[in-house]
Amino acid sequence: MTLSLAEIEHIAALARLRLTDAEKARYREQLSAVLDYMARLRQVDTTHIAPTAAMLPLQTVLRRDEVQPSLSPAELLANAPAADGDTFRVPPVLE
Amino acid sequence: MLTTLTLSEAAARLRAGDLSSQELTDACLTRLAALEPTLHAFITPTPELARAAARAADARLTAWRRDPAQPLPPLTGLPLAIKDVLCLAGTRTTAGSRILENFIAPYTATAVQRVLDAGGVIVGKTNCDEFAMGSSTENSAYGVTRNPWNPARVPGGSSGGSAAAVAAGLCLGALGTDTGGSVRQPAALCGVAGLKTSYGRVSRYGLIAYGSSLDSIGPLARSVADVALLFAVIAGHDPRDATTWPDPVPALAPWPADLAGVRVGVPREYFLPGMQPEVEQAVRAAIATLADLGAQVVPITLPHTEYALPVYYLIAPAEASANLARFDGVRYGPRAEADALWDVYEATRGARFGAEVKRRIMLGTYALSAGYHDAYYGQAQKVRTLIKADFDNAFQQVDLIACPVAPTTAFPIGAKTDDPLAMYLEDVFTLPPSLAGICGLAVPCGFDAAGLPIGLQLLGPALGEAQILRAGQAYEQATAWHRQRPHL
Repeated sequence: MTLSLAEIEHIAALARLRLTDAEKARYREQLSAVLDYMARLRQVDTTHIAPTAAMLPLQTVLRRDEVQPSLSPAELLANAPAADGDTFRVPPVLE
Repeated sequence: MLTTLTLSEAAARLRAGDLSSQELTDACLTRLAALEPTLHAFITPTPELARAAARAADARLTAWRRDPAQPLPPLTGLPLAIKDVLCLAGTRTTAGSRILENFIAPYTATAVQRVLDAGGVIVGKTNCDEFAMGSSTENSAYGVTRNPWNPARVPGGSSGGSAAAVAAGLCLGALGTDTGGSVRQPAALCGVAGLKTSYGRVSRYGLIAYGSSLDSIGPLARSVADVALLFAVIAGHDPRDATTWPDPVPALAPWPADLAGVRVGVPREYFLPGMQPEVEQAVRAAIATLADLGAQVVPITLPHTEYALPVYYLIAPAEASANLARFDGVRYGPRAEADALWDVYEATRGARFGAEVKRRIMLGTYALSAGYHDAYYGQAQKVRTLIKADFDNAFQQVDLIACPVAPTTAFPIGAKTDDPLAMYLEDVFTLPPSLAGICGLAVPCGFDAAGLPIGLQLLGPALGEAQILRAGQAYEQATAWHRQRPHL
């Protein structure tokens, strides 16, 4: 199976990755080869098998609803490329 | 030489007072400065932090010798390294990625905090594959780490910096992380011991996430006893990580020197025609040693082993594609400026993620996308259930499983970088236990003709660390492989 260039561009758009033309060509070839390898999973009969989603037998771990110390806004914003007061600053979201 | 001491030996000398933490730490820092140009095991050495911690440790040791009734934490004064995917407050934490090149962690990971609380001296943050995605440390954005046994070879990955630092004596032990083999495989390729802890045994609070149903934190050191010492410090429930087991950590050691009554399973699927013959010979000889120690060796089968690789390389990238969505140029890291937010995301991620990270994000996004989810991700999750059942069945018959860590010894730098599938095959024996959430120990068990280390892998059920550490220590005490040091 070979992925089309349009499929590669669609996946990159879903993943919010800007790729160069060279990257698109390379990933098209490599992902097609990897997915061919993955096809062997279809040989396994999983008709009555439940999927494994969580690894631990724990369910809905809760803690008491009490205020606890946390990081300050200044600490949380310290790594931001742009901040304004107590907020992250970004370009316009809506045109 | 001080830098060849094990943690246990160094701890005894620190307590006796014939060695200070400052002398020991300086010895590691001097060796680190001398060998880093060759090995590049670290992204960020932290010599000033280390010297300050060593001074504090010496003060504590002096006070303890005056009054031995005072508690002395188990890692007091011991130089250690931390893989650069674990946060240390106030220190740069990059995950081997350009997208976090300026990130100063605002808080400390629980596992790292436990090392600090136990008196550990942190000499630096070690190199790794970007976001822990790789088997050779060649995917780091900060340059490749070289194998101390032969600098033309890879150290394995993704915790290659931690393994190389321990093997080369730049520190006495280290923390790594293991998602599909990233502690065990570099430990094997560098000739040190490394423990992949059971899923949920060590808190992941403050670990930069890769594959959340798989990620685990584990120690690397130059003896199994040292690995057990570090494990006892970092393991246990953490209210800050809802995916930690609430069960208490059982007492480790003293263990009997023999393995009488221990049933060791040997899975036939882990001896493949394509593997390096010297690896098979060394692992079979190690299994014979386990039998000499009194273990009952039982042939077993893990019939879904061959599907672990495709299952892992669908599930881990799918989880990564979601976990890495947070790196968007808004909250941390450099931003590629653009007029619209959408373009900021795409340009930042396109420019700052490396080739393997993009490849896995693309693969994972595809596996989760509309129309393909059931055929790829859903099917992988179902086959994962079968792989887990293989181990559940095996542990009905045996106490632990013995097999190789990796199909080859350390390969030349650049040998597999253009062929993702060839690189992925390096993990073929470490992926199944990761998918099952169980624990695994890598122990040195020989060398190939080129003088490169070979690792024995001992697998135990979830929360079965004591069993595999006991067996690993018995094996180690019966052999001398772990006493070999690279000539640097």
